[in-house]
Amino acid sequence: MMVLITYDVSTEGNNSQKRLRQIANACLDCGVRVQYSVFECEVTPDRWVQLQAQLFDIYDPSVDSLRFYKLGKNWRDRVEHHGAKPALDIYQDTLIL
Amino acid sequence: MKKLQNSLFITRQKSYVHKQRETIVVEQESEKILQIPIHAIKSIFCFGNVMVSPFLLGFCAENGVGLAFFTEYGRFLARIQGPQSGNVLLRRIQYEKTKSAPLDVARAIIAAKIVSSRSVLQRHIRNYGSQDDVVKVIGRLKHNLEQARVDPSLDRLRGTEGVAAANYFSVFQHLVRVENDAGFAFNGRNKRPPTDPINAMLSFLYSVLGNDISAALQGVGLDPQVGFLHTDRPGRDSLAMDLLEELRAWWVDRLVLTQVNRREIKARDFSQAVSGAVTMSEAARKALLKAYQEKKHEEVEHPYTKEKLPIGLIPHMQAMLLASHLRGDLECYPPFVYR
Repeated sequence: MMVLITYDVSTEGNNSQKRLRQIANACLDCGVRVQYSVFECEVTPDRWVQLQAQLFDIYDPSVDSLRFYKLGKNWRDRVEHHGAKPALDIYQDTLIL
Repeated sequence: MKKLQNSLFITRQKSYVHKQRETIVVEQESEKILQIPIHAIKSIFCFGNVMVSPFLLGFCAENGVGLAFFTEYGRFLARIQGPQSGNVLLRRIQYEKTKSAPLDVARAIIAAKIVSSRSVLQRHIRNYGSQDDVVKVIGRLKHNLEQARVDPSLDRLRGTEGVAAANYFSVFQHLVRVENDAGFAFNGRNKRPPTDPINAMLSFLYSVLGNDISAALQGVGLDPQVGFLHTDRPGRDSLAMDLLEELRAWWVDRLVLTQVNRREIKARDFSQAVSGAVTMSEAARKALLKAYQEKKHEEVEHPYTKEKLPIGLIPHMQAMLLASHLRGDLECYPPFVYR
C-alpha cells in the first residue's frame, strides 16, 4: 500500500529540530522524500503499523501534526507530478547510477 | 506471488555505497546521490570501482538482497552471500536428482531453448519477410528439437544443444537490421573476451540475468551451483546457467536485437583493444541496463501457470516450479516456452 505522509513540526521549543530529523529519518526508512515534509512510503500492513507507532512516539501531539493519505495499490493513477525534481518511483524506475 | 523489487545498478566509478538506518545510500565524493529504503531493492549490481561498506554487506545478506560485483565491462567478479538459508531437505533432493536422473529436466530445458531460439527466427521472418538462410535454419532447429527429445544420454543431449546453438547463431547476423553499419558484423558466438559488439552485449546481459536467476534459486532454497545440464565446477552457478538456457533467446537476444535495430546503441559505442576484446562505452552499458530493467516490468502470461506476471519474476516462477518438481508435486518440470 502506498501512503503519503506529510507533517508539520512546530519550530518552537528546543526539541523541535530533533523531532523533525527523527520523523524524516523514520519516513526515509520506508519511502522517498518527494517534497520537503512530504514522503511517499510503500508499506506492507505490518510495516505500516510499525512506522505509525514510531511516528507517534516521536511527534508532540500538542504542537505537531501528522497527516496520512492512503493511496492504496493503484496509486500511480492518482499521482501527478509537475515541475522540478520529479520523485523516484523506487519500485519501477530504472535505478542506474 | 511476491512483489517485483527493483535492482540497483551502480556504474558510476568511485562511488561509495553504505547503510544508513534502514536505507541504502549512494555517495560520490561525499555527496549523497541516492537514498532508498532497502525493502524496495532486490539486488545491487556494482560495476567497476564501487565501494560498499561492510555494514551494508551484512544488511543486504540479512534482508535477502543480492549483491554482486562485476568489472567495469560486465565480467562477473564475486557475489556476496549471507548465511546459508533455505530448505536443507529440498537441497538434498536436488543433489540426489541431479545425480540420479538429470536427463528429464535437462531435456525440458534444452527443448525450451531450441523452441525459443526458433521463435526468435520465426518472429523475424513474420516481421521482415522470408529469407532463405533463416528458413533453412528454422527447419534444422526443428530437427534438432526432435533429436533432443530422444537423445539417450546427457552427453548426446549436450551435443544436440551445441549443434542447435551453432545453427541459430549462424543466421543471427540476418536479424541485425542496421544497414551501412559494418560495426555490427556478427560471425557466430564468441566470448572470454567477446570480439564484436553484439557478442559483448550478449555476454554482458547473460551475466546480469544469470545473477538474477541465481538469486531467485536461492530465494526458493535451491543450490544454484548444482545443475542438471552443466557439470559442477567450483564457483560456477551451474543450475542458474541451466535455467538461463531457456531464457536466453527470448529475453536477452531479442532485447539486444531491439536495441541495435532501433539504433538505441550504435557501433561507435564500442571500442576494440589490441587483443581483439571489445568493450562497451558507459553510455551503451547504461542504455542496455535500462532496457533490461524496463523489460522486467513488462507483463506476460506465464505459459504454464497462465498467470499474468512481470517478466522480472519469471526466474522466481521457474525456480518455484523446479522446486515443486523436485519435491514431487509436479511430475515434470515445465520450462519457460513463450511463443
